[in-house]
Formats: sequence, C-alpha cells, structure tokens
Amino acid sequence: MATPDALLVIIRHAPHSSNWLREGLDAALVAAAFGQPVNLLFMGQGTMALLKEQGSGAPGQKATLPTIDMLEMYDIDKLWVTEEALQGMHLSADALVEGITLIADQEIPGLLQQHTQILNF
Amino acid sequence: MMQYGLLVMGAPYSSPAPHSALRFAHAVLARGHQIAGVFFYHDGVHNASSLMAPPQDELNLREAWIELHQQHAIQLDVCIAAALRRGLMSESEAQRHGKQAFNVAPPFELTGLGQLLELQQRADRLITFA
Repeated sequence: MATPDALLVIIRHAPHSSNWLREGLDAALVAAAFGQPVNLLFMGQGTMALLKEQGSGAPGQKATLPTIDMLEMYDIDKLWVTEEALQGMHLSADALVEGITLIADQEIPGLLQQHTQILNF
Repeated sequence: MMQYGLLVMGAPYSSPAPHSALRFAHAVLARGHQIAGVFFYHDGVHNASSLMAPPQDELNLREAWIELHQQHAIQLDVCIAAALRRGLMSESEAQRHGKQAFNVAPPFELTGLGQLLELQQRADRLITFA
C-alpha cells in the first residue's frame, strides 16, 4: 500500500485546541514539497480535522480545512481514518471531506510496519 | 552502535518532554550509541530561549542542552516557523522583523523542517518527546 520511502504523518489532535494539527500538516507539506511520498493517518480526535463543514474556530484562529483541501495538490492522497475513531465520536463518513480511506483499528500495526519514517502529532 | 535522532516538542517547565529527552540522550551516549542531532519543534522551541531564568535550585534546561552540545558536538536545530510564531528569534531574525530583542543564539540554530526530515533519514531511530 505504501511506497518504501514514504513518510507517515499521524494526526491525533483536533483543530483549534492546540497547534498540533497545523504543525503536523506543515511537516507533511514540507516533506511532500521535497518530493517524498507522504501518507496521513488520522486517529482519535484528529479525525475532526477532516470534518467538511467545520468553521474557522475562535475569532482570529486560522482555519485548517483549507490546508486539508490543499493536500491533494502536494500529491498527498492517502488519508486514512479508522472506523473505530468515527464510531467513537458518533460521526459518519459522510461528514468528512472527499477522498478518505476507512480502515479498521487492527490494520494500523500493518500500516506502521509499511513505513520506515513516522512522525506523530 | 545506533544513531538516534531526537525530536523535542514539549516546552521546558510545562512538559516533562525536555527532561526525558536529555536523560534519554545521556543514557544512550553512556551505552556507546550516538545522537545524530536534536530538532526542536512545536512548543519544544522554547528550550532555546536565552531569556530562560529558572530559580537557581532548578535545572536550567537551555544550559543542559548546551552542555550536551559542548560535550558531544550534537547539533541543536530549532524550527524557524514554530519559533517565530512563539516569539523566539535570533539576532538576524529580530532585525528582519523589527524587534528590539532576540533570544536564540548559537549553538541553537534556526532552521527549516527539511532538517527534521533529513535527521530522520540520517538516524537509525527518531525518538519523539512531546
């Protein structure tokens, strides 16, 4: 599923509660800009980064959805979300942006094994 | 012998991450391994602040990093984007942004995220402290 030199960026934090999401996506974009294949795995509250109808947060807080929409331009097209994470937050896949691949929790170890480089945010 | 890269993303005195990272660094060095470099990202950039002034009976974390650098010639890289938005900058960045003070100086170096990816590729293991 993943090419040997691909970087896996794991997002575990929701937008706006911290700068984790923004700085995690920055790392993904920089790697992609350097020509490295990049895949994203959204876990737990990180799944909320993909909600298609999210707003821009508190006044003055920059929206992160435009960055999510931009990933495709950087050839980052593998966005994985676990079914369990969605169920845990009572979300349906329809609420997320296009192009998400749903996987089961039990597939995560295999996914991690396919990547020699992982960054965790 | 293994090459370890360290990614530090916790701020000094609010997160245990810098303490853990330093203890890890000394432990692997004591066992004959090497530290390929340290990269400070997210709130970890605060480790580089030269204005850090903890009480005298507490470890000065910036000085602890500098000691690690001096003893083992380990590079201390700080993400420039994460640093600037949190008010950490070198003398040249302070001039560029019209600021009256600066608080990042060698051996800490402001650099881009490319250095983190390069460190991850160079090291056998990249260990995150957050």
